[in-house]
Amino acid sequence: MSDAPLLSIEKAERVFGGGRTLFGQPKPAVHAVQDVTLEVHKGETLGVVGESGCGKSTLARMIVGLDAPTGGRIVFDGRDLVAEAGHDLRRLSREVQYVFQDPVASLNPRKTIRTILEAPLIHLLKLGKADRERRLIELMDAVNLAPEFLERYPHEFSGGQAQRIGIARALAADPKLIVLDEPVSALDVSVQAQVLNILDDLKARFGLTYVFISHDLSVVESVSDRVAVMYFGRVVEVGEGRTVFREPRHPYTHLLLKSAPAPGRRSLIAEDANTELPDPYNPPPGCAFYARCPRHTDQCNAQMPPLEDIGAEEGHRAACFHPHEGR
Amino acid sequence: MAEATSTAIKPVKRASSGRPNTLALLLNNTLATAGLVVFGLIVLIALAAPLLPLPDPDVTAPANRLFRPLTEGHLLGTDALGRDILSRLIWGTRVSLLVGISATLIAAFFGSLIGLVAGYAGGRVDTLLMRGIDMVMAFPYILLALAIVAVLGPGLLNALYAIAVVNIPFFARNIRGIALGLSRREFVDAARLSGKSNAQILFIEVLPNVLPVIIITMSTTIGWMILETAGLSFLGLGAQPPQADLGSMLGDGRKILFTAPHVSIIPGLMIFALVMSINLLGDGVRDVLDPRLKSGALTRPVARTAVTRENAPQDMTPVAGAILDVRGLKTEFRFGGQVYKAVGGVDMAVRRGECLGIVGESGSGKSVSAMSIMGLVPTPPGSITGGVALLKGEDLFAASDERIRQLRGSAVSHVFQDPLSTLHPLFTVGDQLVEAIQAHDPVSKTQAREKAIDLLTMVRIPNPAERLKSYPHELSGGMRQRVCIAMALAHDAQIIIADEPTTALDVTVQAQVLSLMNTLRKEHDAGILFITHDFGVVSAICDRVAVMYAGQFVETGTTEEILSAPAHPYTAKLIDCVPVLGQPDRRLDAIEGRPPVVNNLPVGCAFAARCPRAQEDCRAAPIPLTEFGEGRTVRCIHPLTGETTDV
Amino acid sequence: MSAYIAKRLLAAIPVLFGLTIIVFLIMAMIPGDPATAILGSYATPENVERLTRQLGLDKPLWQQYFIWLGNMLQGDFGRSYTLNRPVIDEVLERFSATLILAGTSLLLCSVFGLIAGVVSAVRQYSWVDKTVTFVVLVGISVPSFWLGLLLILVFAVNLKWFPASGMYAIYGGGDLPDLLKHLFLPAITLAVVATGVIARLTRTAMLEVLRQDFIRTARAKGVTENKVIYKHAFKAALVTVIPVIGIQAGFVLGGAVYIETVFQWPGIGSMLVKAISTRDLLLVQGGVLVVAAAYVLFNLAADVVQTILDPRLR
Repeated sequence: MSDAPLLSIEKAERVFGGGRTLFGQPKPAVHAVQDVTLEVHKGETLGVVGESGCGKSTLARMIVGLDAPTGGRIVFDGRDLVAEAGHDLRRLSREVQYVFQDPVASLNPRKTIRTILEAPLIHLLKLGKADRERRLIELMDAVNLAPEFLERYPHEFSGGQAQRIGIARALAADPKLIVLDEPVSALDVSVQAQVLNILDDLKARFGLTYVFISHDLSVVESVSDRVAVMYFGRVVEVGEGRTVFREPRHPYTHLLLKSAPAPGRRSLIAEDANTELPDPYNPPPGCAFYARCPRHTDQCNAQMPPLEDIGAEEGHRAACFHPHEGR
Repeated sequence: MAEATSTAIKPVKRASSGRPNTLALLLNNTLATAGLVVFGLIVLIALAAPLLPLPDPDVTAPANRLFRPLTEGHLLGTDALGRDILSRLIWGTRVSLLVGISATLIAAFFGSLIGLVAGYAGGRVDTLLMRGIDMVMAFPYILLALAIVAVLGPGLLNALYAIAVVNIPFFARNIRGIALGLSRREFVDAARLSGKSNAQILFIEVLPNVLPVIIITMSTTIGWMILETAGLSFLGLGAQPPQADLGSMLGDGRKILFTAPHVSIIPGLMIFALVMSINLLGDGVRDVLDPRLKSGALTRPVARTAVTRENAPQDMTPVAGAILDVRGLKTEFRFGGQVYKAVGGVDMAVRRGECLGIVGESGSGKSVSAMSIMGLVPTPPGSITGGVALLKGEDLFAASDERIRQLRGSAVSHVFQDPLSTLHPLFTVGDQLVEAIQAHDPVSKTQAREKAIDLLTMVRIPNPAERLKSYPHELSGGMRQRVCIAMALAHDAQIIIADEPTTALDVTVQAQVLSLMNTLRKEHDAGILFITHDFGVVSAICDRVAVMYAGQFVETGTTEEILSAPAHPYTAKLIDCVPVLGQPDRRLDAIEGRPPVVNNLPVGCAFAARCPRAQEDCRAAPIPLTEFGEGRTVRCIHPLTGETTDV
Repeated sequence: MSAYIAKRLLAAIPVLFGLTIIVFLIMAMIPGDPATAILGSYATPENVERLTRQLGLDKPLWQQYFIWLGNMLQGDFGRSYTLNRPVIDEVLERFSATLILAGTSLLLCSVFGLIAGVVSAVRQYSWVDKTVTFVVLVGISVPSFWLGLLLILVFAVNLKWFPASGMYAIYGGGDLPDLLKHLFLPAITLAVVATGVIARLTRTAMLEVLRQDFIRTARAKGVTENKVIYKHAFKAALVTVIPVIGIQAGFVLGGAVYIETVFQWPGIGSMLVKAISTRDLLLVQGGVLVVAAAYVLFNLAADVVQTILDPRLR
C-alpha cells in the first residue's frame, strides 16, 4: 500500500440541530459523528461496523459529499473534499461513488435502467451517444446482467438484481473510491453472497477502493482489510481486520463479537445486561460505553478516552483506558 | 444465471405490460364508467351548444314568462323573463365547465409548483412557503373567496380567480407532502451523485412520481370547484346578467321558488349531475392510480383466517408428547385471479419446553405457516385450504371463533418482528399489559397492574412500576420487545409463536433477547415455534430446525445434525452462502437464480432449477418428505449424505 | 399538557397576525380610492378626506397597516355606512347566530360522519357499506344551496313541518323549541357535505388502521373483536380524523354563507353577502376577520384534542 492515503478523515464532526431559536434559546443538538479520524489507502477495503445510531451512515454520506461535516477535514487524493463538494459535486462524484442500502428505493420507479445508468455518463463524463452505448454494455456485463434488462423498469427486478444495477451506476463514472452503505442488509441471505462476490470481483478488476459500512460483523469480517468499530458517533477501535476480530481490545468490540450469532454457537450473554445507549441530547462527559462496560472505573466516566495505539500491531488503536489484553 | 432470471422475470413482465391499461381498469369500475359516460355526454352537449338548434339564451320574451316544462317549443319551460331554460341550461353548463376547469388548472399549476419547490428544497424555503400557505388556509375556505370577490367586485372572472386562489393551498399541501417524502428517498441522492442539478432532479426525477397525485387531487377537486363557482354565482357574485352560468340561473330562480320551482330545480339538478359524474369518475381515477388501493391494502382483514378445507383429515391422534401438532397445512392467497400457494402442506410438532426453528428466505412461507395456526393470516386474501392444527388434540381449524379468542394469548401466544409497530402507539405499556391479563383472567385492574409489574420484572425491565406509564415510542427497541415477551407470558402459555422476534434489533440487544427467551421457556416449560432466516440465531435457541423453501419443508432434524451435515442441497447452500464470524477466508457459495413464484410452482422439486445436483427425475414428479435417519426428514431424491448419494 | 396548550396558544398569535396581514392586503387591492370605496358612492368629499387621514392612506403601506391594526386592537372596526352603526356591534350580534347554526352542523356531521365511516369500514363491501358510500358521494356532490331550496319546498312549503326561513317566529317565538324548529332544516343542509367528507375519511382511516401490526397483536392477545375495532382501531383512526374535523369547521363556517342566504338566517354569512353587494367593505372586513379568528381557535382546539389522544405528538 502506498504511503499517502487516498482518503483521510481528520477529526470529522457532524452536529444535527443546535443553533438558537428566534428568541435566543439554544436548540437541542445531537453529535451524530464526533472526532472521527480515519485513513483509507488505495486498493484496500475499510470496514466500518457499528449498531444503529452509531453514526456510520452519516460518515458515509459525508465522504461522498451528500452531507457536510460541521467540523474537521476530509481530504481525498490531496484535495479538500468538503470544499469541493460544496461548489462542484460533479468533480467529486467522478471519483467517489456510493451504493445505497435499499436497492429498490435507490432506483427511480419511473425510469428505465438505461436512463438511470446513462445519467452519470451524460452528466459526469459527458460521453457521446456511441461511447455511452458501449459503456452501458460494459457495465451490465460487469455486474452480470443481460443487456436487454436496460429497457426495463426497476419494479421488474428482484432485490439482488436491483442492487447490482445500483453497483453498476456507482461504477459508471469509473470512480476510485466507492462507499457501500449496508449494500447487502436488505437482501435475502442467498442473494447476499451473489452481491458480495460481484463486489469482490469488481474491486480486483478495476482496482477500486471500498469503504464498506455494515452492522453485520461476519459480512464486514469477510470483506475488509481494515476495520473501524463505531459507537455513539466515535471510532472506538480500528485496525487490521484480522487483529480486531481475533484480539478485540475495546470492551464494546468484545461485546459485539460475543453477541453476534453464528451457526453452531449458543449465546453467552447475560439476559439482563444494560443495552441502552446514552441520551444523545445529554451525552456523558466520558466514555459513552461506561454504563454498559464491565471494566469501567471512575476515570472512564470523567474523561474521554483517546483513540491511541495499542498492542504490537501497527495501526491497531482503541479508545479505552482499560482495554482487554492482547495475546 | 441470466437464463434463470429471465424466465423468472417473465410473469412479472407480462403483468407489467398491463400498465397502459389504466383505461381498461377504469372501465372495470361500473360507477366510474357511469360517471365517465354522463360527464362525457354533458361535455359533448356543452361543446356542441353553438351547433344545436337552440333559441338565443339571452333573448327575453315577457309574454312567454314562466312556462312549465314540456311546453311546446320550450322543452324545459321558460324563466321569469321568458327565456328558454333548455338553451340557458346548455349555455350555462358551458360556462360553468369552463370556469371550473380553468380554476382547477390554475390552482393545480401554482399549487403543485409551490408544493414541489417547498417539499424538495426543505429548510427555510419550505418553512416560508408553507407558513404562507397556512395563513391562506387559516381562513374558512369560502370566506376568503368572498373577500377577494368583495374587493375585486362581482364578476365571473373574479370569481374564477378567487376560487383558484383559495384552492392553491390544497394542491400545495398535498404535493409538498409527497415531494418531501420523495426527496428523502435514496434515488434522489443517487441522481445527485450521477451529476444531476437540482432543477433536473426536481423536474425529471421527482415530478414524474408526483404526477399521479396531482391528477388525483385535480380529479377530486374539480367537482368541488364547479360547486363553488356556482355558489358564488348563486349569491350574485359570479356571472353577471345577461350572461348566465348554472349558479346564477339557480340564484335567479330562488326568488320565484314557491310559484315556479322548476326554474331553480332544473339548473340545480344539472349541477348535481355534473358534479356527481365528475366525482364518480374522480374516485375511479383515484382507485386506478393509488397503489394502496390496487394492492388491496385497504381491504379489511377479518378477526380470523378463513378456513376452506374440504374435509378434515381422518387421523386426529396427535404425535406423542406434542402440544402442537400441525399436519398437511395449506394456506393460499388470492390476488386478482391468481392463487399463491404460500404454504403447500406442512407438518410440524412442538413439544413442551422445546424450540422448533423454521428457517427460510423471504417468501418461503415460514411466517404464513406460523400465523395460520391461530388464524392470524389476513383474510382476505388468505385462507387455510387444508390440513389440521391440533393443540393438545383439539382441532384449531374447526374450533369456534370464541374458542380461538380464548386460546389466543393464553395457551398460544405470539411475539412479532418489529416491536414498534406491534405495540399500539396510543396506549401505555401498562394499559396494554393489563388488557392482555384481563382478556383471559377476570381480575380487578389493581390486581392486573400488580401482575403486569411482575411480568416486567420477569423480563428484566428495570423500574417496572415506572415503565408501566411509558408509551411504546418512549422505550428502546430491546425494551419494547421485552414488553412483547412479557405480554406473551401473561398467562400460562404452552406454545409461543415467535415470528423473527430479533430481526429488527441490534446484535447486542438480539443476543440478550435470545438469552432471555431461552431462560424463560425453560422456566415456564413452554414450547417455542421460532421463525427466522438466520442460522446463527437458530443455533442460539432452537433444538430442532425445519428448512422451508417455496411453501414446503425441505429438511427437518436437530439443529446440530442439520448444521453439521445438511442433506438437502438447498440447506447446504443456504448455510454456505453466509459469511461466518471467525472464518473470514471462507468462500461464499452463492445460490444463483431466484426462488420460484408460488403461483406458478413446478411439478417436481421447486429447487431443481437452482440445484447443482438436479437430474431428470427431480423435475418429473412431486418429491415426498422421506425419513432420513432418526427424527430427521428430507425432501430430496439425491441428498448429500447417506446411502442415496451414490448417483 | 397545560404547557403544551399554552405553547399552542402562543403559536396561534402569529397566525392571527398573518390573517390580519392577508385581510389588509386584500383591502389594499381595492381598485381606485379606498376611502371612496369604503364610504360608498354617495360620500361627501369632506367625509372622504377625513377617512383618508384617519386611515393614514396618505402614508406608506406598512404604516397604514399598523394604523389599521391599532384601530382593530382597540375594537374599532369602523362604521358601516349602509347600517350606520359600528361594524363590531353588528358583526358580534350576527356571529352568535352563525355559531348556533355552524356549531349544530358541526356536531351533526362529526357524529354521523364518524358512525357512518366506522360502520361502512367494519362491514366493508356489504350493502350497508355500498349504501353509505353512495349516499356519501351524493352528499358531497349536491350543491348545498340547492338542497336547501329542495328541503324548503318539501318540508316547509308542502308538508309544513318546519318554517321556511328565519331564526325565530316573528310572533310569539323566541324560546328554545322555536329555535330548534327553525334550526332543523338549515343545520341538516349545512351538515350534509361535511358528513360525507368525514365519513369517507373515517372509513379509509379505519381500513388502514385495521391492517396495522398492532391490531394483529391485539387479536393475538385474545382481545374480543369488538374491543379490537371500537377501542384499538377507532382510537388510532380518530387521530387522523380529528384534524379533518377541524378543517370541516372551516367548510361549515364558510358554507353558512349559502345556507344563511337560502334560509334567511340572520348570521354573519347573509350579512356578508348583503355587504358585498352594497360594497360595504368595512362590514365585509370585520365579518371576515371575526370568522377567520374563530376558525383559527377552533383548529387550535382540534390540535389540542389530537395531542391528548396521541402521546407521540407531545
